[in-house]
Amino acid sequence: MAETVFAPWDVPTAEPIIRFRNVTKRFGTFVAIDDLTLDIYPQEFFALLGPSGCGKTTMMRMLAGFENPTEGFIELAGKDIAGVPANKRAVNMMFQSYALFPHLSIWDNIAFGLRRETSDKAAISARVEEMLKLTRLEKLARRKPHQISGGQRQRVALARSLAKAPKLLLLDEPLGALDAKLREATQFELMDIQEKTGTTFVIVTHDQEEAMTVASRIAVMDEGRIMQVATPDRIYEAPASVYVADFIGDVNILTGTVTATGADTYALTWKEGAAPVTAVSETTFAEGQQAHLAVRPEKVAIHTTKPDDVDNLLEGKVLDIAYLGNLSTYHVELPGGQIIKAQTANTRRLSRRSITWEDPVWVGWTKTAGVLLGA
Amino acid sequence: MRRATLISVPYIWLLALFLIPFLVVFKISLSDIALAIPPYTPTMRDGFWNMLSQLDFENFVFLTEDDLYWKAYLSSLQIALISTVLTLIVGYPMAYAMARAPDQWRPTLLMLVILPFWTSFLIRVYAWVGILSNEGFLNQFLLWIGVIGEPLTILNTNTAVYIGIVYTYLPFMILPIYSALDRLDGSLIEAAEDLGCSRLKAFWLVTIPLSKNGIIAGCFLVFIPALGEFVIPSLLGGSSTLMIGKVLFEEFFSNRDWPVASAVAVILLLILIVPIVLFQRNEQRQAEAET
Repeated sequence: MAETVFAPWDVPTAEPIIRFRNVTKRFGTFVAIDDLTLDIYPQEFFALLGPSGCGKTTMMRMLAGFENPTEGFIELAGKDIAGVPANKRAVNMMFQSYALFPHLSIWDNIAFGLRRETSDKAAISARVEEMLKLTRLEKLARRKPHQISGGQRQRVALARSLAKAPKLLLLDEPLGALDAKLREATQFELMDIQEKTGTTFVIVTHDQEEAMTVASRIAVMDEGRIMQVATPDRIYEAPASVYVADFIGDVNILTGTVTATGADTYALTWKEGAAPVTAVSETTFAEGQQAHLAVRPEKVAIHTTKPDDVDNLLEGKVLDIAYLGNLSTYHVELPGGQIIKAQTANTRRLSRRSITWEDPVWVGWTKTAGVLLGA
Repeated sequence: MRRATLISVPYIWLLALFLIPFLVVFKISLSDIALAIPPYTPTMRDGFWNMLSQLDFENFVFLTEDDLYWKAYLSSLQIALISTVLTLIVGYPMAYAMARAPDQWRPTLLMLVILPFWTSFLIRVYAWVGILSNEGFLNQFLLWIGVIGEPLTILNTNTAVYIGIVYTYLPFMILPIYSALDRLDGSLIEAAEDLGCSRLKAFWLVTIPLSKNGIIAGCFLVFIPALGEFVIPSLLGGSSTLMIGKVLFEEFFSNRDWPVASAVAVILLLILIVPIVLFQRNEQRQAEAET
């Protein structure tokens, strides 16, 4: 069964639901958002990912209508939304603190937004019941928010923000308050609900794993700028900059100067006297240009004996072993003091592991394993 | 054992400072006026059983016969109610502004609310005489800017009493409301706006209900003492201002009729028990909601 891949960002005729055009937001002299341009398409699950203070929450608050851009404009479904107050936007938000009204029951919390737009009791009741069913909260409808658990509160907040069937749903760190197990379950639940309702979701998070799990595309942000917008696999496999490579997951970075050795192939001289490493790159580099090679630890193999036919091979000794249960990460110290991380799946029992501390080892990777990045 | 000791402390406190004095007053209210020291009879000197046999409810019957008393009770209730509402109207916006003020301003604003307590209550009420009298600052100011042609008569009217009560009890209204508003999570207001409320609607549907307990506490804290208020009506009110506190004072000190005065006090207490119980229940519910 061949299903068309959901990728409206690759379709030139697709109309984005949200357009940020050269948006700048300043608070006094502090620049929270710096000349940002971005398109988000209908039915996307779009993640804004970045460290705290990178401007992701400001972007979300501008979409919700709590802040206005200092410069530039934001379009929602083709209309400039500057000056449209929060209560007049077809956008709803799920707050980080959930912001459930403590004086109202779960039922009344979900009905709150509906009551503002219609007085048709039967319609409100039908919609609330639908939302309760979607979030599996039917039994808790009469409870007050302080009488239910954190995970249930999270679902109430989601039901409340979805009740008005917004064009766009904003989620501000929606799973931050949940414990790891519950968070994982809820992530899939969120994706499920997003698919069922067909609503465009924009999620703000600092948890890269969460962004990778739920999002169709991720925007990695830093200091008010977008560093890269791409699908999770592109972000991980083909980061656009050292910052993105470093921010998402674990990475080894070798810095040096490049020389072309063939079509698309470069040699990176990363240390005086050491053999250069080779890498294939789609982007072209000038002779002698400074570059960084980013290689993920799981793409680095570790050997106890010197193997043959490996594109890049470095010798070192094991400094540290991080045992994660399913995986082990070896920190291998090269003669110059640089550390290369190599990760292997623990397919055998730990007692039969052949590598231990201080062992001399070889680490190697293929020339297509890494990404060559400009300065 | 230790627990029993701990629990007994508030009860002993209540017994010594409320129940015993109340029983003494109640006993006096059942006695008769006499030209003696103390000015009532019978006393313990007549022997305990003899004393008990001479007690009667004559003074309570007297209170129902003379319409001065029930009129004074009603008028007190009315004045206390109106001034509670006025205090709420003045106090709520102040508490709201304080809760919305920048963090570094709040201690100063709180201080300003409490500051009047540092001078004697009596002096502050006297100061209002100087402000409200016909030749007072208020009239002089209004004449000077030309708003009025001749001085307004404010002093010695019920208006002056309202002003006095609102001024005196304002902090009791502001503080509980402020503490309720201070705890209010700002994102709740944003959530209400996000779900389609205008600012005003969000205030009405979220801010007011969530500060309800503060409003109730503030109203009781003003209403209960205002009902028995004596100093303000006697200094600022006129001869037509009828308040039970004033009647009580006159019975005790002008008429030296302790038994009737005690009966007035007992009835006042019975009237106050209703709002006090309601107040306690509100506090309890609030405590439960927070756990």
